[in-house]
Amino acid sequence: MVDFTNLSTYIPVVLVILAPFIGGLLMGIDRKITARMQSRIGPPITQPFYDAIKLWGKEPFIASSLQPVLAFGYFGFSVAAFALLAFGQDMLLLVFTMGIADLCLIVAAFNSKSPYSNIGARRELLGMLSYEPVLLLVAISIFFVSGSFMVSSIFDVPVPLLTILPLTFLALIPVLIINMKKSPFDVSGSGHAHQELVRGIYTEFSGYTLALIELCHWTKVALLVGFASLFWAKDIVLDAITIPWIVVGAVVAFALFFIVLVIDNSYPRLDWKTMLKTTWVVGFLLIIANIVGLLARLVILS
Amino acid sequence: MKTMTKARLKSPWVLHFDCGSCNGCDIEILAALTPKFDVERFGIINIGDPKQADVLVLTGPANKRNQHVLKNLYDQMPQPKVVIAVGECACSGAIFHNCPNTLGGVDKVIPVDVYVPGCAARPESIVDGVILALQKLQKVSEGEKVD
Repeated sequence: MVDFTNLSTYIPVVLVILAPFIGGLLMGIDRKITARMQSRIGPPITQPFYDAIKLWGKEPFIASSLQPVLAFGYFGFSVAAFALLAFGQDMLLLVFTMGIADLCLIVAAFNSKSPYSNIGARRELLGMLSYEPVLLLVAISIFFVSGSFMVSSIFDVPVPLLTILPLTFLALIPVLIINMKKSPFDVSGSGHAHQELVRGIYTEFSGYTLALIELCHWTKVALLVGFASLFWAKDIVLDAITIPWIVVGAVVAFALFFIVLVIDNSYPRLDWKTMLKTTWVVGFLLIIANIVGLLARLVILS
Repeated sequence: MKTMTKARLKSPWVLHFDCGSCNGCDIEILAALTPKFDVERFGIINIGDPKQADVLVLTGPANKRNQHVLKNLYDQMPQPKVVIAVGECACSGAIFHNCPNTLGGVDKVIPVDVYVPGCAARPESIVDGVILALQKLQKVSEGEKVD
């Protein structure tokens, strides 16, 4: 039974409402850090919000009447995926909900005659093919440790996940790169402007549909960064002070985010074959090595 | 200032189209996007998609070949939008004046809001031109009549 008098019941609800804002701020920080890495000043951290508000106020140009519906579907499923995380629900369901959200975007992009949009959608499918198995394996390796697919079970593991699943944590790097549409794996449509596909999968969106898609993108980034923060779900108790897990988790997740930005700024774009091979080989090897290592430790200890 | 107007002024996405310039002005426009001038600190992004652009930056004289492309790009941009003609050729046709294959300035094809003179226009004057265009965009956004 849900206890409605307890204030902590409402924390997940607040998190779900704030998710796009957290993601938007992360994108703003991303643009600022990227600018500093290129020795520029860069836009203010609130820049993504200005962009989204401006897009919302533009004259609507709808390429196909299904596109707004699918854009709202993309938004709904992204928020639902974040809600699954915030309420500590099933990780498998979370991965599949995220997949359906992506599919909404892909179908919307296929729903126009523009070749740019079509090729972008095909490449987005390849991106999904690359990262989804890795993300599933991350969930499975957490299952090996906690004995459950529930996000809330991560808190029952006696040690932080990062100390026993460090390689699995590293396997999240390519997943985050593909989802944030960062180099070297931004084949389907880069956040940066000029490329051979114009804007790739986003080409046919404009006005409020593009603003919605931006919101979904932020929610997805917030979801993955939030998931990464669960790799340190234990309070650190020093002699006198206790550092709450959310602070340590945020630092851990931001470290992952920063690694992605460094990779984005130091690598050119690679083709989809390299993306698929790299993500699968690196992701699978890291996760399998981690699980085998854990099993070997169990055998030695027994 | 209303939130929407502020957001519009803070995030002008630029579409750059070359109507047949000598590339002198194009190089200067690209220079404005480099770290030295860093227009992204004003939220300006060079975007390739007319459907997502707010500002159309044009270089070179309009000619009979590409006037249809130019008109099409302009029509594909959603309101509110502004057009900047960069360089002498885009403003008036300059040395191509009265050539049989050119039409003159780009304003022969589409309405132009801001003219940036110079051969080639300097990055500073291009950034100035964008700021002038933004003042016009602010007036349009606040509902004033401008011609």
